[in-house]
Amino acid sequence: MRDVFVTRLVEEAEQDERINLITGDLGFGVLHRFWDRFPARFLNAGVAEQLMTGVATGLAMEGRIVCTYSIANFPTLRCLEQIRNDAAYHDANVKVVAIGGGFSYGALGMSHHATEDLAILRALPQVTVFAPGCDWEAQECTSAMLRQPGVCYLRLDKSTAGITGRPGETFEVGVPRTLREGSALTLITCGGILGEVLGAADMLARDGIAVRVLSIPTLKPLRSEQIIAAARETDGILTVEEHVLTGGLGSTIAEVLMDVGVQPRRFLRLGISGGYSSIVGSQEYLRRRHGLDASSIATRARALLAE
Amino acid sequence: MDTTELARRIRLHALRMTSRGGSSHVASVLSMADILAVLYGRSLRIDPATPRWPDRDRVVLSKGHAGAGIYAALAERGFFPLEMLQTHYQDGSLLSGHVSHKGIPGVELSTGSLGHGLAVAVGMALACRTDRRASRVFAVLSDGECDEGSNWEAILFAAHHRLANLVAIIDFNGIQSLATVEETVRLEPFADKWRAFGWRVLEADGHDHAVLATAFEPHVGAEPTVVIARTTKGKGVSFMENSVLWHYRTARGDEFDRAVAELEGSP
Repeated sequence: MRDVFVTRLVEEAEQDERINLITGDLGFGVLHRFWDRFPARFLNAGVAEQLMTGVATGLAMEGRIVCTYSIANFPTLRCLEQIRNDAAYHDANVKVVAIGGGFSYGALGMSHHATEDLAILRALPQVTVFAPGCDWEAQECTSAMLRQPGVCYLRLDKSTAGITGRPGETFEVGVPRTLREGSALTLITCGGILGEVLGAADMLARDGIAVRVLSIPTLKPLRSEQIIAAARETDGILTVEEHVLTGGLGSTIAEVLMDVGVQPRRFLRLGISGGYSSIVGSQEYLRRRHGLDASSIATRARALLAE
Repeated sequence: MDTTELARRIRLHALRMTSRGGSSHVASVLSMADILAVLYGRSLRIDPATPRWPDRDRVVLSKGHAGAGIYAALAERGFFPLEMLQTHYQDGSLLSGHVSHKGIPGVELSTGSLGHGLAVAVGMALACRTDRRASRVFAVLSDGECDEGSNWEAILFAAHHRLANLVAIIDFNGIQSLATVEETVRLEPFADKWRAFGWRVLEADGHDHAVLATAFEPHVGAEPTVVIARTTKGKGVSFMENSVLWHYRTARGDEFDRAVAELEGSP
């Protein structure tokens, strides 16, 4: 997904000379394509995320579109106040890009588990939050982010659901994508865990259970029509996120529905609970351990339908 | 208006603004009033009629708690009406206690959380250099603010990139929130630290306008400049000078009258 991001970023930068990239000393072997092509528009802040975000704000205030880049929680939580006070309050064109959403860097330990970022960034006014689930969404989110005024957050994942974009499909900020039609449950997800959710949908389909799948590449802002329709037209809603249950996707969907007084027949949020994970392992392993792999999701869906 | 008169007015405005609204930090404004007066009255290339003039010099007040001083300087220079100062710290006002840019012509950056301004100023300076503007970027920091590690990230980076168009001004009054700098977290040898980081270091009497004006002049070298301005916290009001109390205290009643009298009587 990060390579897709860099490829699209270089393409966009060819067209728009305002685009700059500043890294917090990460991106070995990844960012060179941008660095080599646009040396005057590339900066390495060193291992200094507060500086990276402050400098990005200053550059943006002078007319640039500036991507900050690092992994896991470094470009977000480490410099959260710079994102809030400097970039967001000044409506600066700063685009915060984090590689390694959720358990992408699962074996590196809790410091590298980006599992609260969506809730925290979503809480900031005037910040757009992207969490693509496949390579097509990643490239479209990258382009959309560069055109979206103000601060954006792009959460990229190590895993990807491949390419779910269909010929002629256009991406629209804030609009959910319906990837499977069905009238049993609706599975709603965001981020790279989309692949597991689609896998669960396929398992359920083999059992004759046709679930609807909504992918939410833009968590904020979020258009509500398809979510409300899912609550009304299907047997319930199951949200899946590689993120803590507090304040992320599931919370967002609940807010959307409660705000308009629509109660789904069934509602269940799957995500990370039980505190910080001191157990490490691959992203696939940690998903299984937290009940977020395709098979576990399908099992929970069957149980929810049986209620 | 000469800079001495501008400094006197900034001090009086700040006293009236903080007393009317009941806000803190009057001594922090008095401390840097001469710095602001020399900047806004003499050194800066600015145009009050065109606040966003691309070739202007930029001032980032990183010690945002002294925002009343910037508001006063800008109003005196005609960026917005002087009457607007009366709304400072009032219900419904745009003039927050910590400096805000929204709806206030001439303010470059909103601050209030310490340790933010220098990094943003670095970004502005980089952009101005790339865009081949003659603009310079001034960042005004407090001494206590240098406890924030983020400043030292920016100090390293600015020297590495040889940002000759960047000037950091330290309002070194030696007093922070609860005690002196020396008692809190020692900064000395302060000038040596900046030198070791690769900056051009100037030390100045922060109340001597001629010295400050010279220090703020452009230089031909490649390094960023820091002006360590030795100041007196609460300068101009005898009972506020060098007193930790007046970091937070608001002048009221007799204290307010005495402070006004001292400032009005000052040359």
